[in-house]
Amino acid sequence: MSLCFESRSTNESFARCAVAAFLTQLDPTIGELNDIKTVVSEAVTNCVVHAYKNTIGKIRIHVKVQNSLVTIKIRDTGCGIADIKKAMEPLFTTAPSEERAGLGFAVMQSFTDKVSVRSSVGKGTTVTFQKHLSCRVSNG
Amino acid sequence: MRIMDSGEGITAYLTGDIDHHTARAMRESIDAAVQKKRPSVLRLDFSGVSFMDSSGIGLIMGRYRLMALYGGMVKAVNIPAELERMMALSGLYGLDIIEKRGETFETAK
Repeated sequence: MSLCFESRSTNESFARCAVAAFLTQLDPTIGELNDIKTVVSEAVTNCVVHAYKNTIGKIRIHVKVQNSLVTIKIRDTGCGIADIKKAMEPLFTTAPSEERAGLGFAVMQSFTDKVSVRSSVGKGTTVTFQKHLSCRVSNG
Repeated sequence: MRIMDSGEGITAYLTGDIDHHTARAMRESIDAAVQKKRPSVLRLDFSGVSFMDSSGIGLIMGRYRLMALYGGMVKAVNIPAELERMMALSGLYGLDIIEKRGETFETAK
C-alpha cells in the first residue's frame, strides 16, 4: 500500500488512520493498532516539523505485509538529518518552541520491533519500522 | 475541550486525538485560561483522549513550565490505560505530575 500527501499538520491524523485502516485486514489487537498509529504519527510529524520546516513537501508512506510482519517506510525529500545518532537521543530536539518533547525516536523504538533511519543532508530521510503482529486471523 | 473552575484550580478536559496539529489549539486555550486566572493547580484531565503521540508529553511539559512561573503546579489525571506506556516513557511519573492508576491526587491546599 502506498500513500503520498503534503506535509501539512492536518495530514498527521489522515496518515495514521489510513495506515491503521489498511492493517485491519490482519485483525490486530487494539494495542498493536495504537502502537502503529503512534509511530506513524511521530514519523510524519518529524517530516512536517523538521524535514520540511517552513515549507510544504511530499511525504510518502509504503506499507508491506508479509504474514504477521508489517514493514512501514516513511520517506521525505526534505532537509535530511546531519547527525542521526544525536537526533535519536531521547529529549534531544531542535524545535523546543513547537513544544516538541524530543521523544519521537524513543517512542518509535519502544513501540515497534525495529527502526532504521537513512538520511542524506539536502536530499531527505527514510524511516523504516518493522513490527510483528499477533495475527489472530489464519490465512487458510 | 472544556476548561472549568475547580475550587482553587482549573481543570482542562482534553478530548479526541492529541497530536502536533491538535495540541496547538489546546495549548492556546489552556494558556489563556491560566494567564487570566493564575490558578495554583492546573489539572489536565485525559479521560476523553482517544489517541496521543509524544505531542501530549510536550503539552504537559510546556504547561508544567508555565505553571512553575506562577508558582503553581500541573497534574495530569484520569489517564486511559492505552496512554500509560507513552506517559511512562516520558519520565514524568518521577516528577509526580501524572496521577497513577488507582490513586487520586489530593487537591492542593
